[in-house]
Amino acid sequence: MAAMPRNDLLLFAGFTLAVLTMPIWLAPFGAAYPDLLQRFMIFGIFAVGFNILFGLTGYLSFGHAAFFGVGSYAAVWSFKLLSLDVIPAMIFAIIVSGLFALVIGYISLRRSGIYFSILTLAFAQMSYNMAYSVLTPITNGETGLQLTQSDPRHLDSALAATVVGQPIPTLLGQSLGGFSGFYFCAGFLIIAFFLAQRITGSPFGMMLKGIKTNQTRMHYTGFNTKPYTLAAFVISGMYAGLAGALLAVTDPLAGAERMQWTASGEVVLMTILGGAGTLVGPVIGAWLIKYFENIFSAINDGILRRFFDFLPDGVDSAMVTVASKFVGEGWFLTLGLVFVIIVIFLPGGIMEGVRRIAHLFNRAPKAPGKANPQPQPAE
Amino acid sequence: MFDVIFLQFLNGLDKGAAYALIALGLTLVFGTLGVVNFAHGALFMLGAFCAVVVRKVLTMETITVDPNQLSPWGTPLEVRTPLVQAWLGDFGAVLVNYSVPFSILLTIPVMLVVGIALERGIIKHFYRRPHAEQILVTFGLAIVAQEIIKSIFGPNSIPQPMPTDLRGTADIGAWLGMQAGVITYPIWRLVYFLFAAVVIGAVFAFLQFTTFGMVVRAGMADRETVGLLGINIDRRFTIMFGLAAVVAGMAGVMYTPILPPNYHIGMDFLVLSFVVVVVGGMGSLPGAVAAGFLLGILQSFASMTQVKALVPGIDQIIIYLVAVVILLVRPRGLFGRRGVMEA
Repeated sequence: MAAMPRNDLLLFAGFTLAVLTMPIWLAPFGAAYPDLLQRFMIFGIFAVGFNILFGLTGYLSFGHAAFFGVGSYAAVWSFKLLSLDVIPAMIFAIIVSGLFALVIGYISLRRSGIYFSILTLAFAQMSYNMAYSVLTPITNGETGLQLTQSDPRHLDSALAATVVGQPIPTLLGQSLGGFSGFYFCAGFLIIAFFLAQRITGSPFGMMLKGIKTNQTRMHYTGFNTKPYTLAAFVISGMYAGLAGALLAVTDPLAGAERMQWTASGEVVLMTILGGAGTLVGPVIGAWLIKYFENIFSAINDGILRRFFDFLPDGVDSAMVTVASKFVGEGWFLTLGLVFVIIVIFLPGGIMEGVRRIAHLFNRAPKAPGKANPQPQPAE
Repeated sequence: MFDVIFLQFLNGLDKGAAYALIALGLTLVFGTLGVVNFAHGALFMLGAFCAVVVRKVLTMETITVDPNQLSPWGTPLEVRTPLVQAWLGDFGAVLVNYSVPFSILLTIPVMLVVGIALERGIIKHFYRRPHAEQILVTFGLAIVAQEIIKSIFGPNSIPQPMPTDLRGTADIGAWLGMQAGVITYPIWRLVYFLFAAVVIGAVFAFLQFTTFGMVVRAGMADRETVGLLGINIDRRFTIMFGLAAVVAGMAGVMYTPILPPNYHIGMDFLVLSFVVVVVGGMGSLPGAVAAGFLLGILQSFASMTQVKALVPGIDQIIIYLVAVVILLVRPRGLFGRRGVMEA
């Protein structure tokens, strides 16, 4: 901690404060309820982890949802077999998804560029298809893996702990419903952010950025880049596993749809939207997508009609018809459009936009080191 | 035993034909423009929905309530008059019956326009950007396209009947002098395969035997030199993008009787056809076609009961498994040229 540069420390403190006070400052936006806040935290972790791979090394993985799903399954199995306590479940999920990432990463990282994307996609689709078919004894197929009263829970039974009613995950005997669940996830997000920050600033992180900028030159300098990219891959897989496990904690029902490639696409969207390669960007991207998903999907024609009430009669119904295509069920259309626009005009995501605006107001560039918004990813 | 294997081989052909057509279009775009197009599956889906639109238009009818006739429920009978039959008589009936092949006539201009608009509007700005960004923008476009279709046609699959004459099965075994009734195959799938063969042949002939195709091939080999010779290569590449969209669209139209189209049919095929392209070798047209048929047939063999008993679940993952093995053993894919996207 002592070695942290002042700016990093400030960023970390600000981030921690922002996360912990979320129930307060999000209240005016109608988002301060635990269920949504937990999802903010979980997908924040997922995106931060994805950014360690994509943002730092430039390797675009299209199969990260596999680790997310594996984390969920591992956590639920830990609830079933070991204990309802969340701590063993977290550890177990991180280890399992890390091992899984090690295997997939070891193979996939033998190629780069589009081939890497296709390989990760192929592995994720394989896991998804198998979760639905052959692995049904482990994954419970389409129904999803659930907790039941009759699960063995060897650790709990050794400690003679009994469960009354529907079993739910606990932390040292405390149930994790409502805001305690949020703060539990928030703690993990803050730790995850801290680790990501340390990684980015470390020589290891520098190495990863070097790989993104020019892998060939790294080779010529005499570095073997494979262990570094593999380490980044495994770390980001563990982040994904942690996020999946947390999702299993808040909702102990693991289904295979969490592993589908559209779920992998979603985390890519989050990271790009916020700004790949930045620390805060992916988290902001995840929050924005989850927030608007929640808000936009809830809007229906009635709300729109009230909103456009001030317009003349014919115009307002026309506006309602147009706008209703973009909300509710049509939320993905909005997401797709926003995403296309971001990629075209603002490849650095929201963080680049913020930087550009800040640059407008503040003619003297603050940190010359940040003046390199668009390094080329590894091809 | 031979007949079982032959039957599975046939079963793989139609799926393989679809993969080959989509992969052919993807490779055309990649080989000419160097763009990794994740929106290609959406083009397949748009083509399929051209068939839906054509059928909707052809089956439009007027409903008049005739108070003199009673329906079995005792209410006045609603008399439905299909407009096309009313105007065109027997020819109209044939038209409705053959609506799926007929929609190709609409699909070609529509997809050409969509393809060219897409290329001129968005994709041309991405030539110099990294492949990752091309993937991202086309992925976004694919989401937009499928959401638009979903908001118009709804989330459910819309079945398209095949022409009555082409329903039923063909007794291929009997044609080949084997015992009758052993090897039968749905006629429409045979039609699909032949159609795909014709389209693939036409694309290859176009590239091989026309001046336009020659210029395009030259441009694929060395874009800069062709440009320096005073040829507007960009315009030709734009047209190639349109052509690729047409191929994808036609593949979609003809596939509708086999698989009722819904808004995410494109995504389902996209992932697979990318795998096909990569297995065949990025930028290699023969590779795309060969890999398409190869993977379609392998998939069909993997779904045999005997094979599934041996390796459970193999039918679900065979394609990805083959892709992983090929990518690791032959980084260029089966027919990839040296130095094209090799890594």
